Amino acid sequence: MIKKVRSHPSQNEALLFERSSPGKGAWQLPELDVPAVDASVALGAANVRAEIPGFPEVSEVEAIRHFTRLSTWNYAIDHGMYPLGSCTMKYNPRINELVARIEGLAWAHPYQPEALAQGAMEVMARLEAALAEITGMDAVTLQPSAGAQGELTGILLIRALLEKRGSPRRKILIPDSAHGTNPATAAIAGYVVENVKSTDTGVLDLEALARAADGDVAALMVTNPNTLGVFEENIVQAAEILHAKGAMLYMDGANMNALVGIARPGDFGVDVMHLNLHKTFSTPHGGGGPGAGPVAVKKALEPFLPTPRLKRVRGKWAWDFKRKRSIGRVRAFYGNFGVLVRALAYILAHGGPGLRNATVDAVLNAVYIRKQLEPYFDLPYPAPNMHEVVFSDERQAKLGVRTGDLAKRLIDYGFHPYTVSFPMIVHGALMIEPTETEGKLELDQFIDAMISIAKEVETDPELVKQAPHSTRTSRVDEVAAARKPVLRWKPA
Amino acid sequence: MYPENFRYTKEHEWVLVEGGIGTIGITDHAQQELGDIVYVDLPKPGTRVEQGRSLGSVESVKAVSDIYSPVSGEVAEINPILADAPEKLNEDPHGAAWLVKIKLSAPGELPDLMSAADYQSYIGAEK
Amino acid sequence: MLDACGVESAEDLFAHLPEAVRLRRPLHLAPGISEYEIVDYFRERAGENADGYASFLGAGVYRHYRPVLVDAVVSRGEFLTSYTPYQAEISQGTLTTIFEFQTMICQLTGMDVANASMYDGSTAVPEAAMMAARITGRHRALAARSVHPEYREVLRTYALHQGMPVEEFGYVKDSGVIDLEELERKIDDQTAAVIVQSPNFFGVIDDVKAAAEIAHRHGALLVVVFTEAVSLGILEPPAGADIVAGELQSFAISPSYGGPYAGIIATREKFVRQMPGRLVGQTVDTHGNRAFCLTLSTREQHIRREKATSNICTNQALIALMATVFMTVYGKVGLRELALQNTAKAHYLAGKLKPAFTGKFFNEFVARVGNPEAVNKTLLKKKIIGGLPLGRFYPELADSMLVCATETTRRGEMDELSDALRAPAAEEVLA
Repeated sequence: MIKKVRSHPSQNEALLFERSSPGKGAWQLPELDVPAVDASVALGAANVRAEIPGFPEVSEVEAIRHFTRLSTWNYAIDHGMYPLGSCTMKYNPRINELVARIEGLAWAHPYQPEALAQGAMEVMARLEAALAEITGMDAVTLQPSAGAQGELTGILLIRALLEKRGSPRRKILIPDSAHGTNPATAAIAGYVVENVKSTDTGVLDLEALARAADGDVAALMVTNPNTLGVFEENIVQAAEILHAKGAMLYMDGANMNALVGIARPGDFGVDVMHLNLHKTFSTPHGGGGPGAGPVAVKKALEPFLPTPRLKRVRGKWAWDFKRKRSIGRVRAFYGNFGVLVRALAYILAHGGPGLRNATVDAVLNAVYIRKQLEPYFDLPYPAPNMHEVVFSDERQAKLGVRTGDLAKRLIDYGFHPYTVSFPMIVHGALMIEPTETEGKLELDQFIDAMISIAKEVETDPELVKQAPHSTRTSRVDEVAAARKPVLRWKPA
Repeated sequence: MYPENFRYTKEHEWVLVEGGIGTIGITDHAQQELGDIVYVDLPKPGTRVEQGRSLGSVESVKAVSDIYSPVSGEVAEINPILADAPEKLNEDPHGAAWLVKIKLSAPGELPDLMSAADYQSYIGAEK
Repeated sequence: MLDACGVESAEDLFAHLPEAVRLRRPLHLAPGISEYEIVDYFRERAGENADGYASFLGAGVYRHYRPVLVDAVVSRGEFLTSYTPYQAEISQGTLTTIFEFQTMICQLTGMDVANASMYDGSTAVPEAAMMAARITGRHRALAARSVHPEYREVLRTYALHQGMPVEEFGYVKDSGVIDLEELERKIDDQTAAVIVQSPNFFGVIDDVKAAAEIAHRHGALLVVVFTEAVSLGILEPPAGADIVAGELQSFAISPSYGGPYAGIIATREKFVRQMPGRLVGQTVDTHGNRAFCLTLSTREQHIRREKATSNICTNQALIALMATVFMTVYGKVGLRELALQNTAKAHYLAGKLKPAFTGKFFNEFVARVGNPEAVNKTLLKKKIIGGLPLGRFYPELADSMLVCATETTRRGEMDELSDALRAPAAEEVLA
């Protein structure tokens, strides 16, 4: 039944500190071409440290083997489908890695003269323009480091505009299906969070919104399609309700990969949004980062964008630091340029029609999975889904098997688990996002695996509850880790 | 299961009042719902607390729950064993793993709370 | 697949979208191009940037050699194309490297705990300030003017809406170290954090010990910032710091026109629950074997939502891995040797220029050159990018530039720089 994997040996590997031996090293430095200095004279005797206790000492071969062995303990997109809902784990084209490492780009210093940075600035300008076209918005800043910082930037922009109009207001409305970053961001921007319930079909409740949207509301933060993978069909009306009250519509663009080429937030009433380039635009997740979180805005918010902004002066690019109404910087320099290069490479490779095709394929894949798995898993919100589908473990829970167990069993079948227990409005959620990357063969293997697990729950629930069985590391004791935190290695 | 001399809240705290001092803890039902408790965050002695307001929190690996004070008053003492042994809350929530002792400022609040019998039927209904 | 989905064409999958939201025209983006053309496009753009120039720029971003092992490791798909290690059983590779990273950052900084990385140094600073506010229950931040100017700008953006007034204190004109008297004057019983940088923005090794004494006497925490991580190979770790907030760009992270980099926050054990960012901890699996997992997650936004310690969601795992490989390659002896080479180069250069400050420095320093813009113009003709003119950030230093020399700076380039400064054109502006 398990077609995709066989067990394979993986090697043991000690920590660097445990395998160090004095005098070993993997470093080389050229002969010094200037006179050597006495550190205690040059730096001051009191400032010079003794050796760094415990720091590793390994040879080059040991170093490469160490990290290579560790790497084999990871699952990755390069191994197979990685259906983590909301995270958009699509293939990361290697061309993006190559171009980001071209010397003139990778070694550009942020303070080098503008005349010698025109290529980097052109790349940024072109990406800004492409993202503005894709989102239907008027202006884009590439400065935010990641989605969560993009959110913060967006909310600060709203705050700045409302302040100029008289009052920053007090509240941000957030649907109960939202990502955790949304309320955390609102709080950091100095707002009180008010939750808005969804309808029983899983979308914004216009009546509840109209009741909540008083003169104290600065904005509604909404993800569209929402975290159920469902398009917010009332989004235009929601925008009208907010705008009538002088409030703004913020869109979390985490799921923009369901809309590119199909619908544009700028056309359905969104005032500000962020994009996650590591999701929709294929830049690698790298085990948790780096990302980039550009923010796109309507004209009214443009004056407040973080400083500096790109501008055109006598046919050349220049940085404009003199922007009186700007919210200021959200980070040093101009943004995660290396990530921006990769995203632009993805856009260039696909072009307009290719980007739209990617959207269509992503939705087709998710709908296909839904149709195939619907007979086996409970679907709490039956509205048409887009790029992802959210089941619940209701049927399996009755037999004592929860979504977390099903996810762990999926590992034995050679897949990374889906997103577990999110969104919170679905009890025991299984959130599955295949992305456009997967072909029918991989999808069918995944579907077979899920069906097989559903049957195992009925015949041998313990098998599922003890999973995974095939991995080098079995279930880890997260409770012990949290009760007595060991956060660094120490010599025995 | 639920001591008769305790009073209970809907948020699953208990209080035992003796000589103007209320000893506060979470119920066995609460510890079961939370699962393995890994950390307990308690106020400093001397902190003023109000009935129904958060006085701290308990954490499992993937959840944080506020502890709502059953009574108003001033924190007189916190349970020293919980910092190093949060698992005691799973083992003995009605005894050794009490959370704080509070010097009551409004003893008249006590009738607002549930008796053991009421609490048992309350959690029965909640299920 | 269409049949299975019950639709006739893929377009039908979007039929439920309201017509008002549909884009009924193609995106105005050119059709896709081939791999070859993409490489060509970016090579052309790279050619429009500085190509083949020597550079004396530092100021928070340093040119250090990147050992080839770094890209060999981070290019492995297992690291490159995985995500946050929520599923510990199939993420031990990433988890183990992060645990090693946390350990090495502790060893370098002398702190007890370090997180799995922040976006960069500049955003680590406001995160550290907010952390200090949570710990002390106070709200003011007091930052040295010798902290990187752009970091201070970021601090102001974040602090403004946190009800956190940020004030600044200056540096001593002659030495370039923090002005302790001004610090003493401005600190009060509402100061949560005193923020200093060492080596500071001027390259000067700052008086962290004295700052710690003053901060602690007033019940505030000391946040020590660093931008040049290589300095930690030879300099004492920041004694007396409560929180260290730093930037690791020097550890094999290419300058890349400003990012992506990796920041860190390290602190004392007792403050760990107020620390933002991901943490990896050691534990065991069901067979009793050592294993690692994300831990203390209840501090984070996906659980605590609006009460979280920060809204940060990612760390910079792949970039932190670059730094981890770099630290492994250099190791205990190599990092010290590397730091010594940097010291030697910068001090050779300083012998040929006029340092503006008397304070001890590591690999960069402020040089008085008269008219830095004019000097740099002259240098560009010789394919040399000079130092950073300081007038933009410090009007009182408009006659100075910040110059940096690392192990990659050649003696010949430094000689050329000093020759150019002595050339007639430069003499003119010096006069």
